[in-house]
Amino acid sequence: MANNILVVAEYGDGKFKSITHQLLGEAGRLAAQTGGTVEAVAIGNGVKDAAGQLGAYGAGKVYAADDASLKDYDGASYAPVLVELVKRTQPMMIFLGATPMGLTLGPRLATQLQCALTSDCTAFALDGGAISVTRPVYGGRAVAVYQVKKLPLVATLRQNAFAPAAGGGAATAVDALTVTPVALKTKVVEMTKAETGKIELTEAPIVISGGRGMQGPENFAMLESLASVLGGAVGATRAVVDAGWRPYSEQVGQTGKTVSPTLYIAAGVSGAMQHLVGMKTSKVIVAINKDPEAPIFKVADYGIVADAMQVVPLLTEACRQLKA
Amino acid sequence: MKILVLMKQVPDTASPISVSNNQVDASKIDKYAASPYDEYALEQALQVKDKDASTKITLVAMGPARVREMIMQGLAMGADDAMIIKAENAGEMDGLTVAHVLAAAAKKTGFDLIFAGSKGVDDDQGWAGIALAELLGLPLITTTRSTTVAGATVRCQRDVEGGKETVEAALPALITSGQATEPRYPTLKGIMGAKKKPIQETDVAGLGVSGDLLAPRVQMVKLDMPPARQAGRILQGEPADQVKELARLLREQAKVI
Repeated sequence: MANNILVVAEYGDGKFKSITHQLLGEAGRLAAQTGGTVEAVAIGNGVKDAAGQLGAYGAGKVYAADDASLKDYDGASYAPVLVELVKRTQPMMIFLGATPMGLTLGPRLATQLQCALTSDCTAFALDGGAISVTRPVYGGRAVAVYQVKKLPLVATLRQNAFAPAAGGGAATAVDALTVTPVALKTKVVEMTKAETGKIELTEAPIVISGGRGMQGPENFAMLESLASVLGGAVGATRAVVDAGWRPYSEQVGQTGKTVSPTLYIAAGVSGAMQHLVGMKTSKVIVAINKDPEAPIFKVADYGIVADAMQVVPLLTEACRQLKA
Repeated sequence: MKILVLMKQVPDTASPISVSNNQVDASKIDKYAASPYDEYALEQALQVKDKDASTKITLVAMGPARVREMIMQGLAMGADDAMIIKAENAGEMDGLTVAHVLAAAAKKTGFDLIFAGSKGVDDDQGWAGIALAELLGLPLITTTRSTTVAGATVRCQRDVEGGKETVEAALPALITSGQATEPRYPTLKGIMGAKKKPIQETDVAGLGVSGDLLAPRVQMVKLDMPPARQAGRILQGEPADQVKELARLLREQAKVI
């Protein structure tokens, strides 16, 4: 087995997603210790030309599986491409993002390879030949270190938990993989797109979440305004989603999404345990709540004890002026 | 139609976790319950049964003796019977080992449709359900919210990034539930009736799983509390002044806007 690390890139809307640069960043850091190469693979339809760019972010070898049958992500068609590549190139680790794609593709891959899997990882350490992996467990109520017993390791990496590769290197020649289309056993029969051009919650550098303190669905427009001024995305608490004010896709917390943006603004959020575990690894947390005893203040870097309904429009205006 | 619902018992999500000697301090756990995603999975299965009363739902759970409580709750909610795979060390198994055991159980009970939660909210790996679909060669639909069955076709709704999707597969299939489907409460009649429902007990050896399949591919070697976040600064003054100060701090001190 080689000391190489294979990064599975994610491509969408004409560019590689930010998680891809983070995967390359961590893979590069580790490869410098193992003496191996960072390899990257892009899978999709129309990804071959863009794939060479991955070289600029540290991939010494780039593969592309470019085929009409791979246009939309499906684990059943993507996994065989990776299994074949892994069997051929024998990497020590395979990195995917802890994204909707990676979280379903990783387990398929580890099962087909009958090897180790660690999901939603936040740190890696190498000690001689041993790999240890840190990841949150119990919904973030504890942190565990795992030892890898059967290589290769398939790992999904938490978004925004790793420094991105610097970039600026040279593009790499792309090795085009032969794709044998797979007959899919599942079929998407209907799809409704909500708004396009919106920043994905888990990718957003800034998240503004509303809780019950926003008092009604109509008031989330205030949070949308602040998000648009700051270039962020809107999230919600479970109570808000359960009440039907916002869609489930915006729920932050244990049974929703885990986010780790550089700035998290909690507006009218009390800070129940199951919400905190979904956001407390954010770099900077701001809490706005009229109850000074609200648990959210215990994790906040900056707190404003006042009605979010009053504060949010003022903050939007202040940020607009600052950005002008 | 026969549905299997895979259930995992975990410390209740509302209770804090204490760690001692690199393990969860069991004496500090006030309550165990089904992992929330497994409850959503069971609710989806019950909704299929609501539309077709001939549906039989079998719960399958692996773990120590206490999993019986969770099973009784599931039977009270409306499942028909259960299989308990006794394993004191279930918590040390990796997802692939669990899937090998469940595959043996599923072959024994038979099934048309399998529901699992998208992950157990203890190790949060999200491996076993997907691995089981791979081992059994079943169509897999992940992170669903609701399911309907028409003839030999299963159809699931789910939210995806930026929209909603309906996905279809032919039975038999495996579905992981990943979005809140508020589980029903057991009725008094359900609770009384649960006591008479059959529970079959077996163990890992009884299912014929042994050797290499049981060797862990990953192993937890250390467990800690997450680093505590220091409570920060509460801003003072009128809201307008606080906001101005906050914007300044976010730009000049935290450098995040």
